[in-house]
Amino acid sequence: MSADHLPEHPEFLWRNPDPKKSYDAVIVGGGGHGLATAYFLAKNHGMTNIAILEKGWLAGGNMARNTTIIRSNYLWDESAAIYEHSLKLWEILPEELEYDFLFSQRGVMNLAHTLGDVRESMRRVGANQLNGVDAEWLDPKQVKELCPILNINDNIRYPVMGATYQPRAGIAKHDHVAWAFARKCDELGVDIIQNCEVTGFIKDGNKVTGVKTTRGTINTEKVGLCAAGHSSVLAEMAGFRLPIQSHPLQALVSELHEPVHPTVVMSNHVHVYVSQAHKGELVMGAGVDSYNGYGQRGSFHVIEEQMAAAVELFPIFGRAHVLRTWGGIVDTTMDASPIVGATPVENMFVNCGWGTGGFKGTPAAGLTFAHTIATGTPHTLNKPFSLERFETGALIDEHGAAAVAH
Amino acid sequence: MLLFSCPNCGPRNETEFHYGGQAHVAYPESPDQLSNREWAEYLFYRENTKGLFAERWVHAAGCRKWFNMVRDTVSYEIQAVYGMGEQAPEGLTAPPAAQAKSQPLAPAEAGTTTASEGV
Ligand SMILES: Cc1cc2nc3c(=O)[nH]c(=O)nc-3n(C[C@H](O)[C@H](O)[C@H](O)COP(=O)(O)OP(=O)(O)OC[C@H]3O[C@@H](n4cnc5c(N)ncnc54)[C@H](O)[C@@H]3O)c2cc1C
Ligand SMILES: [Zn+2]
Repeated sequence: MSADHLPEHPEFLWRNPDPKKSYDAVIVGGGGHGLATAYFLAKNHGMTNIAILEKGWLAGGNMARNTTIIRSNYLWDESAAIYEHSLKLWEILPEELEYDFLFSQRGVMNLAHTLGDVRESMRRVGANQLNGVDAEWLDPKQVKELCPILNINDNIRYPVMGATYQPRAGIAKHDHVAWAFARKCDELGVDIIQNCEVTGFIKDGNKVTGVKTTRGTINTEKVGLCAAGHSSVLAEMAGFRLPIQSHPLQALVSELHEPVHPTVVMSNHVHVYVSQAHKGELVMGAGVDSYNGYGQRGSFHVIEEQMAAAVELFPIFGRAHVLRTWGGIVDTTMDASPIVGATPVENMFVNCGWGTGGFKGTPAAGLTFAHTIATGTPHTLNKPFSLERFETGALIDEHGAAAVAH
Repeated sequence: MLLFSCPNCGPRNETEFHYGGQAHVAYPESPDQLSNREWAEYLFYRENTKGLFAERWVHAAGCRKWFNMVRDTVSYEIQAVYGMGEQAPEGLTAPPAAQAKSQPLAPAEAGTTTASEGV
């Protein structure tokens, strides 16, 4: 086993155009979701007179801050369908986008530490298998075989009682994913406009007709919001509310190490997740800060707890150093599922609420959201994820069910 | 790590406290009269203010009493701590939950019909 080399960049990535006076559609937010949406709008629906408006630099939000875990082992049918579709797209996208982003299907393990965990996990494995998602139950010995550095002793505080395993899951090089989408968007004629913050909306009655930005007013027939942690700020500007709470979520990396960690390990119960990046850093994440926050940093005590768990599970990490920590702002919903669809404002659509797990959803979010923007109707995959479900009570409650605790 | 001033115990480490979300969300006065939309507002819609935010905390590892706090969600500066049942000090008011009611989805837009409004 040796560390992977990062792929070479193509010679040209994207232009930096000035905003035009009007577009057929404007996507707010140049993260992975905004870029994927624009890509599928252009590719699948022939909408090329469109712009992505990004207040900072391209994909500098959560897209640049996440721990890049990709899996589809969700409990409920609706989630399994959209995340599994996403995983299938991940499998073909490097070729389609003509840009390698090191999608590495090294498998994801979700550890179980209590009898309750074990039962929940086995139930999820069964549900996954019924939904055509690859899933297996591993006993502690099998866990150890797949990831030899894990401590499976039963005299520790949270002994490993087994794990669910999705072999097709893995990680990808997130920056390269964004650049791959951006390059194709540009090639298809999409304007990617950075340093352009949306500060308000222009409406004709209840219909959106334009956006106000720090680079002037832009007329548009349709608006798609892909602003992750800032969606409710934008919704407020447009005059409606979203059932979203923004929380800081942080991650950290160690210095580079020889390849020691062959898979991705997540522990819901003690809350730490670890993978080894292509270059060799150990990449770790934990839970969100409990309170609402827009500061792109996280609480120190969260790191402390996550480290305690990591060192117990992986004694070999005891002498590793934390090199960098950072935070992003994730948009959580009460049922821990995204919102993709129409809003109370005509011609305005929203893609948000992916919370702590939306990187894996990037391709499917883009594909289905583009369908909704282009046709004005939901795609079969995003239909259950409408804003309306909070009123009808048809919630897709993935809290604790989706193999993460937040 | 933040330092919170519990009204009963004084300054204590953030880790002793548990978060309770937006403050001043009153239980509906006539629950039997609410439409589905209003129930959704009460159950699932909370302010998500970027800036001053009134929220509830409980001193879980101390006196175990709830209190209100106004905190800036960008700088995390704590502007006021006050008791349950009290209002935020002048000038630090958080938006009352009931004030900003949003419209239901227009049926044509949603692609399906909206839940009935006048239950
Ligand atoms: C620490 C951390 C770890 C994570 N780990 C994982 C993981 O392992 N697996 C996984 O699947 N997911 C993970 N996630 C979640 C994932 O990153 C997000 O769900 C996903 O990135 C959200 O979609 P996005 O990429 O478009 O958001 P972002 O990249 O945040 O894009 C939103 C963009 O909107 C822009 N914007 C905001 N307001 C405005 C405005 N007014 N005008 C113009 N632009 C605006 C922002 O600048 C930003 O670039 C993690 C997140 C964090 C923070
Ligand atoms: Zn106290």
